[in-house]
Amino acid sequence: MKKVKKLKKIRDLKQLIEQKEQERQQETRKVIAVSAGTCGQARGALEVIKALKKSLKAAGLNDQVVLRITGCHGFCEAEPNLIIYPDRIFYQKLTPADVPTIVEETIKDGRVVEKYLYRDPVTKRRVWYENEIPFYQKQKRIVLGDNVFVDPTSLYDYLSIGGFRSFLKALEELSPENIIETVKKSGLRGRGGAGFPTGVKWEATRRSPGQPKYIICNGDEGDPGAYMDRSVLEGNPYRVIEGMMIGALAIGASEGYFYVRDEYPLAVRHVTFALEQLYQAGLLGKNILGSGFSFDLHITKGAGAFVCGEETALIASIEGKVGEPRQRPPFPAQKGLWGKPTCINNVETWANIPLIIKNGADWFSSIGTRGSKGTKIFSLVGKINNTGLVEVPMGITLREIIYDIGGGIPDGKAFKAVQTGGPSGGCLPASMLDLPIDYESLTAAGSIMGSGGMIVMDEKTCMVDVALYFLNFLRDESCGKCISCREGTQRMWEIVKDISEGKGKPGDLELLEELAIATKEASMCGLGQTAANPVLSTLRYFRHEFEAHIYEKRCPAGVCKSLIRYVVIPEKCTGCEACKRACPTGAITGTRKDVHSIIYDKCIKCGACLDACRFEAIEAQRDEAITVIKEVSI
Amino acid sequence: MITMKINGVEVKAEEGWTILDTAKFYGLEIPTLCHHEGLTPYGACRLCLVEIGEGPKAKLVSSCTYPAEEGLVVHTDTKRVIQARRMMIELMLSVAPYSKTIQDLASKFGVTRMRFKIRNEECILCGLCVRMCAEQMDGKAIGFQNRGYQRKISTPFDIRSEECRLCGGCIYICPACQLRCQGPQEESAICNACLTMDPTCLDYYNELQCWMYDAGRCGTCVREKK
Repeated sequence: MKKVKKLKKIRDLKQLIEQKEQERQQETRKVIAVSAGTCGQARGALEVIKALKKSLKAAGLNDQVVLRITGCHGFCEAEPNLIIYPDRIFYQKLTPADVPTIVEETIKDGRVVEKYLYRDPVTKRRVWYENEIPFYQKQKRIVLGDNVFVDPTSLYDYLSIGGFRSFLKALEELSPENIIETVKKSGLRGRGGAGFPTGVKWEATRRSPGQPKYIICNGDEGDPGAYMDRSVLEGNPYRVIEGMMIGALAIGASEGYFYVRDEYPLAVRHVTFALEQLYQAGLLGKNILGSGFSFDLHITKGAGAFVCGEETALIASIEGKVGEPRQRPPFPAQKGLWGKPTCINNVETWANIPLIIKNGADWFSSIGTRGSKGTKIFSLVGKINNTGLVEVPMGITLREIIYDIGGGIPDGKAFKAVQTGGPSGGCLPASMLDLPIDYESLTAAGSIMGSGGMIVMDEKTCMVDVALYFLNFLRDESCGKCISCREGTQRMWEIVKDISEGKGKPGDLELLEELAIATKEASMCGLGQTAANPVLSTLRYFRHEFEAHIYEKRCPAGVCKSLIRYVVIPEKCTGCEACKRACPTGAITGTRKDVHSIIYDKCIKCGACLDACRFEAIEAQRDEAITVIKEVSI
Repeated sequence: MITMKINGVEVKAEEGWTILDTAKFYGLEIPTLCHHEGLTPYGACRLCLVEIGEGPKAKLVSSCTYPAEEGLVVHTDTKRVIQARRMMIELMLSVAPYSKTIQDLASKFGVTRMRFKIRNEECILCGLCVRMCAEQMDGKAIGFQNRGYQRKISTPFDIRSEECRLCGGCIYICPACQLRCQGPQEESAICNACLTMDPTCLDYYNELQCWMYDAGRCGTCVREKK
C-alpha cells in the first residue's frame, strides 16, 4: 500500500493539492488509462494490464509512459478498453495478444492501429478518439467523467484533479446553513429512486434534536441489471467520501457509514482502501486538519438482501438486526441509526455534492428540467447495441438514450419496451419513447426513475415472461413482514405463472389487477408499495399479450415454453447440422445437407437450436397441442 | 395533547399514542390481528389500515404503527380502506382457512369468495407468538426464518430450543391456530356461517344459560338465517 503523508493543517492540504495539480499539468509523458472496473476485469482487463506491463518493460518504455488502472469508463460493450492520452486514442475489445502491437506502433512510433479502434456501426468508419464515439457524444458525464483520470486507489490522483477543494471551500468559506442552502438551491434530488430533495433532508436532519448525528451512504444496489453505484464506488470512491464529508459538515454529523453490498468486492476494497488512506492523511478522524471538525467513516457490508436498500431496513441491518423495514414516521432524519438523527443518501447523490459546492448551485440547476435537475446515470442493458453506463442530463428522451447513445437494437430487431427502475419500475412501450426522463413523467407513465436500471427489450421478449421474472425476484426478496407484500407478490406470481403456462382463466387479469392495487396500497415500505409496478405497467401497455396467453393459449413472442414448440422451416434449412450439435437431448434428426426435423417427445424446449441456427430456419410456433387443453378448460 | 381528526371528528391524543390507540380510546372500531396491547406494534397483518391525508396525497397506513400527529386527518372506513382490508382477509384465508378468527373477519367484512389456491399453512405470520415469547415470556425461543414466500416461524435450526420452557404463550396468543373453524371445504375456503346465522339455542335458552358463556358465537348450534 502506498503511504501518504499526514496533513496537519488546512494549509498543508492546499499546498498538496496545488502541487499535485501542477504535476498533472506538467505531465508530458503518455498516459495509458485502462478500464478495470468489475466489468472490465470480467472481460479480461487484468490480463491486458499484465501484458501491457510486460511489453512496456520489454520495450524499455517503463519510465516514459504512465500506466493508469482506472475504474469503469462506462462503455461496457467495448471492454476491455484503454485510452491513450494526451491524444485520447481509444482502443477497444483488447486481448493480451493485441498489446505488443499497440506498444510498438502507438506508444513507440505514434501510429494508430486501425483494427483496434471503435467502428461506428452506422457510418462503418473507424473512430480514432474517445470523444468522437457516438456513445459518449450525447452524454454529460459530470459524475462518471473523472473515472478516466483517476486511479481509484490513489488519493494523490484524486487531489490532482482538484479533489477536496470543495471540502476546503465548505470548511473555510461556507457555514452549514450556506451549504444546505446551496444544495437546496441546486435542486438535487435523491438518486436512489424516490427523488426526495436532498437539501430538505439535510436540513431536517440538522434541525432534529439529538446527538450524535449520523450520515449513511446507501450502496446496496440490488436492482437486476443496475450497476451505477458500483461503478462510482469502484472508479472514484474519494468523490463520494468528499461528498459525505461536506454533508457531515452541513448536518453536524460526526460519524458516517458506507453500506455496500458484499457482492461488490472491488467496490468494498476500493472504499476500504480510500478510508485507510484518508485516515493516514489525517482527512478523517478527530480534529481534521486542525479545524475542530471530527468525522469518522466506517464501512458495513450488506449480506445480499434487496430490501436492505430501503432506508429503515438498512439502518436495522447496520444495527445488527434483521433487515426489515419499519413504519415511517419517525423518519431516519428524526430517529435513525441507534435512535439518533440520520441522513441516508444514495452513492450518486453524495457524488454530486462536491460538484455542486465547487461549481455552484446555478451551474447544477442549469442542467435538467424544471423539477429534476442535474444528470442521472443509467445502466443501459438488455437488447441494445452499446451496453454501458450512460450519464445524461435530466429531460433527455428515451429515444435519444436508446437510439443515439445506445445505438439501437441489435440484429435489426424492433424495439418493444424499456424497463426502468428495476423490479419496482415498469415497462414502457414504443409509444413512450419520446417521454422526457425525469422523476414526475416516469411516475406518471407507470414506472419510476429508480436507481437507474434501464433494460431494453426487443420484439422477441414476452411481457408475461418479464412480469413473471420480476415477480419471482420480488416474492423472493420481499422481507415477508406485511402479508400484503409477502402473499401479494406470491399470489401474483402464481397467477402470472399459470397464465404463462397456458393455464390462465378468464377473470385472472381482473384478479391480478385488484391484487396488484391492494399490494401497492396496503404495504408498509417502498418495496411492497412498488412491487405491483411490473404487473400494472405490463398490464397497462401490453394487456393484449396477457389476453393472447389466456384466451388463445398463444405466446406472441414465442418465449413461454409451455405454449410453443420449435419447428424447422424446410425452405430455410440448409442442413448445416448446427442445431443438431447444439441440441442437448438429441431431439434433432437429419443428415448433412438434408432438412432437419425435431422429435417433439425428446424436445425440452431449451431454445438452443434457435440460438444456433444462422438461417432463421427454426421458429417458435404456437403449440397446437395446447388447443385441446383450451377446449377442455373453457 | 395532539389534536387530530378521525372520521371528521376532532379528537385528542396523548403524546406517544398511535392512531389505533386514539381510535380505541374514542370507541372507534378498527380490526386488528397482529396487534396486542401488551406487545410492541409490528404492522404485519395490514388489517388495521386507515386512510390518512386528503386528496391525491391520501394514503393507507397501518394504524397500529403510525404515530398520532398534530393535524392528521384520518378515515377508518373509506371504500379504499375496506377494499384493501378485504383483500388482506382473502389472502389470509388462502393460507389459514381453518382459523375461526379469520373466517369471522371474512363474514364481518363481507368477503364471500377466495380466489387463490389454498396453501394451508395454519399461520399468517403475524408475529404475535414471536413477540409474546420475546417480550412477555422472556424466552426468545422462536423467531422468523427466511424471507419472502419462504418465511416461516421456527426455532433456531429447526430443532427444539433450549430456551423454550413450553409455557404455551405462543399458542395462547395465536389468532390462527387456536379457534378452529370446521366450515371450509375443499372446493371453497369460505365458511361464512357463524356470523351470518342465528343461533338456534337462543330459541330455548337465554344468553346467561349458555354453558359456554359465548351465546351465539360458539358455532355449535346454528341454523340458517331466515
